Amino acid sequence: MTSSGTAVVTLPTQTQIVITRDFDAPRHLVWKAYTTPELIQRWWSGERGEVTKAEVDLRIGGTWRYMMVANGGFEVGFHGEFREIVPNERLVTTEVYDTGPGSESVDESMAPLITTTFTEVDGRTTMTQVTDCPSAEVRDMIVESGMEAGMQESMDALERVAITLA
Amino acid sequence: MAWTGALTYADIDIYCFTMPRAATTTDAFNAVAEPRRRAILEVLADGERPVNDLVARLGLPQPLVSKHLRVLREVGLVDVRGAGRQRIYRLEGRSLEPIHDWVKGFERTWEQRFQLMDEVLEELKEQEEGESDDE
Repeated sequence: MTSSGTAVVTLPTQTQIVITRDFDAPRHLVWKAYTTPELIQRWWSGERGEVTKAEVDLRIGGTWRYMMVANGGFEVGFHGEFREIVPNERLVTTEVYDTGPGSESVDESMAPLITTTFTEVDGRTTMTQVTDCPSAEVRDMIVESGMEAGMQESMDALERVAITLA
Repeated sequence: MAWTGALTYADIDIYCFTMPRAATTTDAFNAVAEPRRRAILEVLADGERPVNDLVARLGLPQPLVSKHLRVLREVGLVDVRGAGRQRIYRLEGRSLEPIHDWVKGFERTWEQRFQLMDEVLEELKEQEEGESDDE
């Protein structure tokens, strides 16, 4: 029996995205699910595809690299560098979208910075993820990516309905 | 009732952001990019108000408030009615829907991830309980 929260997204400034979510679990477990490759494999792609790579070098200056094959068949990858690690409490990392071959040359100093904090009350954990973007344009692009996914899912759902009707 | 749709005061407060797609204030996204226009919307979220009331509450010069109200009206975020000598403004919540939907798509993507994380966490909790039983 899980009574977990619902993700809430707010945009407090022009360059920030804040996501908060409650989990019905102590924070050391949320931390574990959030930072362990085998576990990331199981949730990171959401409903959008299959995770094909989840590498985590959990130390300051270490990198993480996730990749998924989206339902449409194309590959989507992200990577970043850990800047701050306080086990079970706080994680600061950059996040770079892999745009394909040659993406290593992107200016990593312009990458959005993601600060994730975990606070526990009575065995429940609130995760707060603050994304600081270098510009409003980048912030909007990130939010937009979710919008496109949402629309894609609506299309998929429509297709399923169409198939059942056929 | 001025307030239509499922939006609440919190929506306006939360979804205040810039979307610098066009230089003009041709849509709701651009119109709410201006902090003073957001302030006007926040006041109107509590109910309709005459212009002088808005001026007093915001502490801004009347011509400036009128200018912002004109922009908000152009994109359909507020509507106005005359009552005697007064012009009374109210919020048109439906116009905020595109902004609301924009953020909701992103929220949905993350919520799907978190629901899968919930499943992972349930397993981790069971494992931990199992381990403590073994001790």
